[in-house]
Amino acid sequence: MAEKAEELRVLICQGTGGLASGAQAVEDAFRAEFEKHGVEGKVGKRCTVVGTGCRGLCANDVLVDICIPGQEAVTYDFVKPELVTQIVEEHILKGEVVAKKKAGPYYNKFLEKQMRVVFSRCGTIDAESLDDFLAHEGFTGIKKAVKMKPQEVIDEVKKSGLRGRGGGGFPTGVKWGFCAASPGDDKYLICNADEGDPGAFMDRSILEGDPYGLIEGMMIAAYAIGCKNGYVYVRAEYPLAIQRLQKAIDVCYEKGFLGKDCMGLGFDFDLKIKAGAGAFVCGEETALMASIEGERGMPRPRPPFPAVRGLWTKPTNINNVETFANVSFIFYKGADWYSSIGTEGTKGTKIFALTGKIKHTGLVEVPAGITMREVIYDVCGGILNNRKFKAVQAGGPSGGCLPGEAIDAQVDYDSLIKAGAMMGSGGLVVMDETTCMVDIARFFLNFTRAESCGKCVPCRIGLKNMLDILERITEGHGREGDIELLEDMCVDIKKASLCGLGQTAPNPVLSTIRYFRDEYEAHIKDQRCPSNSCKALLKFEVIEEACKKCGLCYKICPVDAIKWEKGEVAIIDKEKCTECTSCYDACRFMAIE
Amino acid sequence: MSNTQAQAEQEEIDLSQANEIIDKYINMKGALMPVLQEVQEAYGYLPEDCVQLIAERLNVYPSQIYGVMTFYAQFHLEPRGKYIIRVCMGTACHVKGAGRIADTLSNRLGIGHAETTEDLKFTVEHVACIGACGMAPVIMVNDATYGSMSVQKMEEVVKKYQGMD
Repeated sequence: MAEKAEELRVLICQGTGGLASGAQAVEDAFRAEFEKHGVEGKVGKRCTVVGTGCRGLCANDVLVDICIPGQEAVTYDFVKPELVTQIVEEHILKGEVVAKKKAGPYYNKFLEKQMRVVFSRCGTIDAESLDDFLAHEGFTGIKKAVKMKPQEVIDEVKKSGLRGRGGGGFPTGVKWGFCAASPGDDKYLICNADEGDPGAFMDRSILEGDPYGLIEGMMIAAYAIGCKNGYVYVRAEYPLAIQRLQKAIDVCYEKGFLGKDCMGLGFDFDLKIKAGAGAFVCGEETALMASIEGERGMPRPRPPFPAVRGLWTKPTNINNVETFANVSFIFYKGADWYSSIGTEGTKGTKIFALTGKIKHTGLVEVPAGITMREVIYDVCGGILNNRKFKAVQAGGPSGGCLPGEAIDAQVDYDSLIKAGAMMGSGGLVVMDETTCMVDIARFFLNFTRAESCGKCVPCRIGLKNMLDILERITEGHGREGDIELLEDMCVDIKKASLCGLGQTAPNPVLSTIRYFRDEYEAHIKDQRCPSNSCKALLKFEVIEEACKKCGLCYKICPVDAIKWEKGEVAIIDKEKCTECTSCYDACRFMAIE
Repeated sequence: MSNTQAQAEQEEIDLSQANEIIDKYINMKGALMPVLQEVQEAYGYLPEDCVQLIAERLNVYPSQIYGVMTFYAQFHLEPRGKYIIRVCMGTACHVKGAGRIADTLSNRLGIGHAETTEDLKFTVEHVACIGACGMAPVIMVNDATYGSMSVQKMEEVVKKYQGMD
């Protein structure tokens, strides 16, 4: 970057997470210090993603990068306004890095095995600045694309092997071909930024960290297919993403990059944001289109597919955020380069959101085909509190749970499906021995039941019945034959439901029964929860032999129900105990049951 | 019913703001949702009078509007509290104990999911996922996000807002 921007740059993480940790105050402090010392430099907003994101570790917010031309950038973590004075005086003015406050070795380890392509700009450029985007290959992809014929653009995408990143994994180039082949000039392009899967937040990260990159990907698609109108359907729960993207769209209109005769490239493209209103089913493409039309977001049967009859009955192409973001990079570096990354069936990189009981929760971008073990242990530092790894839930409510044995599975579309889960949008929720798998199945079913639109009977009534059974089991009233009944219902609901929500809703139940049948049996036969997580089955007692007398439980108890003195085994007062499970979670030695 | 709520119903609702919003969208395709979203932003909820007005001016049946409003989680037909506490119930938060946070909050304020305190100060909502999974468990108070929640931290947050006007 030294050749382009011969200036000192300070990049500050300003996501909801960053802002919650005081990023605004840090920015103000930098500006004030710069003014005081007469330093010329740019203070920019880095990719601003909640919690983790950008480079993955905003859990250590506020993260600040100091980029001095000709020198390697230095990252500081846990920056407070007080530290800013020190950084400016020692590092920027005297050139002495404040070594004590630099991000530790885990930060490099976190980045080591990753391959950041789609995220290459997220976190390294000022997300709101068009100039920064242009200085990092911005809009060179679309310029290359318009020199080709639309069909050649589609062929290039086919050649790259890109598959839709929204979950289904349908080849993107083929999808574009369908819509391009539909008759009529009036076509629509939609970017699905609904991202309703609990546990996934990569789309948000792209929207907030590289909004221009998304716009460019959509422009390439619009040119290839021949669409003049585009929508980005963003869920309303992402206010910062909407705000950033709207700003980027406004700037593009101002500069003539969008609208009539985009950038003088000879095609027209209008782009609008449509904010969702809180319905998971709107991630399904036919429901999403109904929602844009101002109706209830109910899916309809396919065919006709959207490519033939979509938004306002016109041919429509829908891809998700990560897919469009990939498209830009295919055109920067070529389809051959892109298809050289990944495995036979899955090309390129995939972004995963790692959450749950893991040390470094965050967003990681890895080449497809890397194993789950590498992602969990090498990139993300392993399991929290050094507990035992139990399972990883992949693919959100539509996916499944993979047990410890499956940890060496590759992360690509086909391997995951073989293992009984799916890639889905890329959320990986890591679970340790304190997580009850029956409860997790109940949790997902509760979610899909609540989000079911209610149009078709198997989904509306079937899921409710399954949930009743699971609730009974977790409360200790399970009956002989419940597991078999659940399995039967799963198969039927999958077959008979109208849309993807119902067709995949039983997956978490099926996969937990498949791998953790013994836990179901323990609940039903012995009224016992092996991971001590189902409240109704918990006894709340300290196991004397296991207790290390550390007092952690005593400190965490919100109602003072635990008696403890240094060197003594803790005792739980059952009269006072509200069964909140705080102590159970806090105990590192599994000494409470 | 609380006093404030009763008062709100007795008072005539000023429809001029709603009219302005409808003017902006009246000729647009798919206008209903953006109109509802903006009216709700202006009034804090969707008063019945506004729904009638929207129905007349956009030429749709009120039943259709109610169909849309009750379908999406984000539309509200009742006045809501000044501070809206959203407890994230996503997978990551669930695994890390969101249920416990929600229970304590309910005990503390005496209201459950989608309920508002009588003084119209707090509304509690359990939401699906706010995309801050890296900081789970998470709660939001209006636009401010509070991550890595524990029962104690939650108490502090509630105290802070109880102390404010």
